[in-house]
Amino acid sequence: MNGKNERENERELADLLRAAIAGDERSYALFLDRIAALVRAYARRKISHGGVDPEDVVQEVLLAIHLKRHTWMPEAAVMPWVYAIARFKLIDAFRRRGRRVEIDLDEIAETYAQPEIETVSDRDVGRALDTLAPGQRSVVAAISVEGRSIEETARKFGMKEAAVRVALHRGLAAIARRFGRD
Amino acid sequence: MKTDDLIRAMAADTGRRSMPMDTAWRLAGVLAFVLAGAVFLVALGPRPDALASLETARFVFKFVVTLALVASAFALVRALARPGGGGGSLLAWLAVPPLLLVVAVALELFAVPASEWMTRLVGVNSQVCLTFIPLIGAAPLGVFLLALRHGAPTRPRLSGAVAGLVAGGLAAAFYAAHCPDDSPLFVATWYSLAIAGLAAVGALAAPLVARW
Repeated sequence: MNGKNERENERELADLLRAAIAGDERSYALFLDRIAALVRAYARRKISHGGVDPEDVVQEVLLAIHLKRHTWMPEAAVMPWVYAIARFKLIDAFRRRGRRVEIDLDEIAETYAQPEIETVSDRDVGRALDTLAPGQRSVVAAISVEGRSIEETARKFGMKEAAVRVALHRGLAAIARRFGRD
Repeated sequence: MKTDDLIRAMAADTGRRSMPMDTAWRLAGVLAFVLAGAVFLVALGPRPDALASLETARFVFKFVVTLALVASAFALVRALARPGGGGGSLLAWLAVPPLLLVVAVALELFAVPASEWMTRLVGVNSQVCLTFIPLIGAAPLGVFLLALRHGAPTRPRLSGAVAGLVAGGLAAAFYAAHCPDDSPLFVATWYSLAIAGLAAVGALAAPLVARW
């Protein structure tokens, strides 16, 4: 990928994220997909030996991006923001496992140039769901694992849509907190 | 849950919006000012000759240096609350208040005979200064730590310390209106000590409060 494509990539990501923050779900899913691939490549590069699962880091970073997306300035570049979050979460993951790591920021440019095309690993983090309160767990599972919409989920459990939205949001926040503790 | 499932859940959650950082900081700034002002007015109030003293350079300087600290530290803590928000270039501005102090102290040493230096440094109420700057700054520090919690500081300890500097500068600016000691020798010693205390508390608290 040359410099022009990098700029193009950056511009597209910024457009997607702006649309997402304005409430467009499809743009947001596209954005997160692309970010996941970039962060996955970054995490795999940085984690050369066991102890930390790269996909755990990917999920933790995505959750952090989701819950802290208001810290992105609409006129700022997307990738420096994403990598700052990824770096912070990676160091945190190593620290939780009692390791000291030095992460070379210069390598970021290199990582940027090679997004990983590989499909998502099929690992199961059902344990993240298991830690949720039952109500939150069934809502989050219905939307994520079963792929239901908010409306379908509300119908399924006989809940108001607003209540489904609250349970989903709190469930995601709880999973993010859980990541920080394990 | 696979990563794709997680993405689906997050996309469904996009309708839920949180307060933009700019709004959060504006709110925190106003709240901190009001709280610091309230504690100051209830506990101390300005000294009787505060208005008349605005004609003396030493009195005015106390506000110049403390407000310079508030401005530079506030800009820095806002940048530190954002991942990749930089802060490196803003860090240099934090050197302005200490430099102002150095110049003021040098001028004071030049203007005042050596026999009076210690008297001016000790002042008349350093204990009150060390008590009330932290007291006035406590609520603002809490407010700024909450704003950091809303953000995502990747250097929590530094962010907390800088939040303490903002709170300390704000508290010291209010306290300066009460404090009868105007010598830069007093300000450089006791104000700095009190503000450093708040910065230390911020550095200790932020990693706990602003965990994300």
